Amino acid sequence: MTEMKDEILVDHNHDGLDRRGFLKCMAWAGTGALCVMRGGVLNSYSMSRISEIGALDMTGDLSFVQISDSHMGFNKPANPDVAGTLKVAVDKINGLSKAPEFMLHTGDISHLSKPDEFDTVDQILKSATPKDVFYVPGEHDVLNDDGKQFLERYGKNSKGAGWYSFDKKGVHFVGLVNVMNLKAGGLGTLGHDQLEWLEDDVKPLTPSTPIVVFAHIPLWSVYPEWGWGTDDSAQALAYLKKFGSVTVLNGHIHQTMQKVEGNVTFHTAASTAFPQPAPGKADSPGPMKVPAEQLKSVLGITDVNYVQGSHALAVVDSSLA
Amino acid sequence: MRRIVSIAGLTAALVLGTFGLCTGQNSHVANAQEKMPSIEVKIDNFSFGPATLTVPVGSTVTWTNRDDIPHTVVSTDDPKTFKSKVLDTDEKFSFTFSKAGTYPYFCSIHPKMTGKVVVQ
Repeated sequence: MTEMKDEILVDHNHDGLDRRGFLKCMAWAGTGALCVMRGGVLNSYSMSRISEIGALDMTGDLSFVQISDSHMGFNKPANPDVAGTLKVAVDKINGLSKAPEFMLHTGDISHLSKPDEFDTVDQILKSATPKDVFYVPGEHDVLNDDGKQFLERYGKNSKGAGWYSFDKKGVHFVGLVNVMNLKAGGLGTLGHDQLEWLEDDVKPLTPSTPIVVFAHIPLWSVYPEWGWGTDDSAQALAYLKKFGSVTVLNGHIHQTMQKVEGNVTFHTAASTAFPQPAPGKADSPGPMKVPAEQLKSVLGITDVNYVQGSHALAVVDSSLA
Repeated sequence: MRRIVSIAGLTAALVLGTFGLCTGQNSHVANAQEKMPSIEVKIDNFSFGPATLTVPVGSTVTWTNRDDIPHTVVSTDDPKTFKSKVLDTDEKFSFTFSKAGTYPYFCSIHPKMTGKVVVQ
């Protein structure tokens, strides 16, 4: 890509990014000219902190990693070896300068909800340095059995279809499920019971508590025409309005994208299996075939750092290249 | 899989043919078969084609998933008139419509995918 020549205009922080370049970069991400360039690495930081971010900020008080859409069992030309690329993702995680404390998997662990697909992912993730993995289901994980198997495997301490919350170093994490009981013509759905639970769950928290919400389908309207959004996400976000820092991590769309709305930073992670086209840039959101040598540059992991006292979390996407 | 289906089809034709010979209505049966080609809905690029299908009562409709991603075929009514298992690439689902009516359906994995069968 030759468009990088005007990316860095003023590098205040000596971090290889300036605000204008960053915004342009995100615009590319949003329109799909894939931001995984420059050695295959896109550094995307929360926009509200872009002017103050420095290399030192990247080593925070809490660091965790998000992986998504491993689609174990997929074997089509877009990636005939999804186990191999998941292993590369694990190597990438194990090679991070600061070992993450845990992992989030934002769904589509399996491709067809088959037991051996889940087994394979479990086996591969065992070799990751962080031992704890927190899951939410994708639509591919709840096929044929309304999510029974998923709950048995990953949802032991969850409520309803698999939602739950937990706290780590003062950060409140909320895992939501928006892939069940989908209605014809609609988008992702949280549903009444889950929304009520969420309202009660966050009620006792002080507004200064940093919140991380993770769910499979984006909780913002990325591209409803392709089903990339959640019908009742506005209600969920209304319950989070009082908080100064909310980070929403999603998967499903197999590409990185970021948006900031007030105190809420929305971020989608790359897949570890195969890329999907940018919104509206293909006939359908089906798997996108790229030349084999480029595949790893469009797959990735997301590393998240929280620095106590800072306004937002720093989110860094790294490709598998 | 396709071979099995076509053998089943042949057997059905043979049985019908024999029945036709016995009752002297061979030509009638043969005509009916010509007029009732297998009715197919193709799933391509996250859409049902044709999205609206009009068929006579008694027709069997077969959906074939030609995408790289699994889909389902599920009627939108409750209780469900028909509900396929998850169809991986090239897998098929068939349903015979024995009553007239309009049957809207969707893919329960990708609910933006909708279609309807009108049975007359």
